[in-house]
Amino acid sequence: MRRTVRDASAAFTRAPLLTALSITTIAFSLFAFGLFGLVALNIRAALQGVEERVEIRAFVADGTDAQSLAAAAGDIDAFPEVQSVNIVTQDQALARARTELTEFSDVFQSGVLPASIDVKLKPGYRDPATVARVSARLKSYPFVDDVRYGEDWLVQLYRLRNIAGVAGLALGLAFAAVAVIIIGATIRMAVLSRADEISIMRLVGATDGFIRRPFLLEGFAKGILGGLLALGLTWLGMHLIDRYMHFHTVFFSPAMAAAGVVAGALIGVLGSSVAVGRHLRAL
Amino acid sequence: MTAAEAVGVLRFDRVTKEYPRSGLALHEVSFRVAKGEFVFLTGPSGAGKSTILRLAYFAERPTSGLVRVSGVNSEHASRREISKLRRRLGIVFQDFRLLEDRTAEENVGFALEVTGVPRAQIGPKVSRVLTQVGLAAKATAFPRELSGGEQQRVAIARALVNDPFVLIADEPTGNLDERATRGVFQLLREINAAGTAIIMATHDLDLVRHADYRTLELNRGQIVFDSAESPEPAA
Repeated sequence: MRRTVRDASAAFTRAPLLTALSITTIAFSLFAFGLFGLVALNIRAALQGVEERVEIRAFVADGTDAQSLAAAAGDIDAFPEVQSVNIVTQDQALARARTELTEFSDVFQSGVLPASIDVKLKPGYRDPATVARVSARLKSYPFVDDVRYGEDWLVQLYRLRNIAGVAGLALGLAFAAVAVIIIGATIRMAVLSRADEISIMRLVGATDGFIRRPFLLEGFAKGILGGLLALGLTWLGMHLIDRYMHFHTVFFSPAMAAAGVVAGALIGVLGSSVAVGRHLRAL
Repeated sequence: MTAAEAVGVLRFDRVTKEYPRSGLALHEVSFRVAKGEFVFLTGPSGAGKSTILRLAYFAERPTSGLVRVSGVNSEHASRREISKLRRRLGIVFQDFRLLEDRTAEENVGFALEVTGVPRAQIGPKVSRVLTQVGLAAKATAFPRELSGGEQQRVAIARALVNDPFVLIADEPTGNLDERATRGVFQLLREINAAGTAIIMATHDLDLVRHADYRTLELNRGQIVFDSAESPEPAA
């Protein structure tokens, strides 16, 4: 193992320029992918924020007694799709309207707005079909006059979400493929520059494992370093956007950032393995 | 003749080698090299000299027939066995094949390093073989700082450092002037005199004529003359 580490680090010192070029190429490939990931993450976060506002409001008839409302709320809370149920009395509805629509505050009179049961759905149940289904069940209560959930904008929101999802997946795969190809080519170039060394190793009797190990370690180290550099560049990019464009952006969670660096390392190891394997196939 | 000599360090039995594109390179070639023997392989370009050598160090496998080198045979040899065998072979090429970014002693030591020899043993062994090939004073020189003859001596030192039982040399003097050729050939004679078998492919008929060693002459993939069997070359 010590020899493997020594040989791998010797490769860094013997060809520092090529090594720096490899790491930079890996870093920029992953940086492009990272930037795309950051945009996708922020679009997803923004859409999630809008999705969280999906709410079904069942307006109840005047004079419905509090006991019936509480019993119905308990019932509805037991629906598997439901996250929370909130009973809004006429007074609370009026107060809320005055707060949310301040410009019309003088128009609202006590008793103008009906009481309601406000239902929020769990994540994953906020699509138009599920919302319509839960709304229909709410409508079946005899004291419910009307059910509203903003059907039109919900359909638009989900269309946008689906388009963003498919486009994100396709672009993500394309970016990932480009990153893998560029990193693979870079590592192959580094291995090719040492083709003579590999052929001499084979001639003097080094085993395949012995030849392969330092290259794998070198690929791993380059992948890690490239990944860390990419992570730093992405973080810097996000801060510049925050600072000069005044967007509040969400950054990768520590687990996602670690996964990105590990992915860099894996690509490094796989790229090295494939590149060295080509030289080792000959006897 | 001992049992080992009778079996030979290297043996070709009816070996045929055919390449998919260039066709037949060797046809039913059989010969044996005894322990400590010096054998010249001669013949025109494309006669099959290099193919025989490549088969001898298992860079190729025969299309048919059997190559046997020190108990390792071409039918059953695993990649690991081939690696182990090569540690006991010395291989030298016309183009030296030295690593340009390493000194003479690092090039020689490389053969030991990559076969797992402990670091403490490498230095003394490298010094010994560099002295043997007459390059102790140039141990720290890079290949570009050495003449062709000196570079070939480094390559021979690298081939010798594992104490091989046979040295396979493919046109080792092909890139050298006359003086360097004589020097390298003299070195090979000394190595052979110390007990290492040598198989050397060469175009240099002067060298062959002036040395009293066994000669295998090849033409179109077949042995057309073996000095061990008949006194004069075939017409």
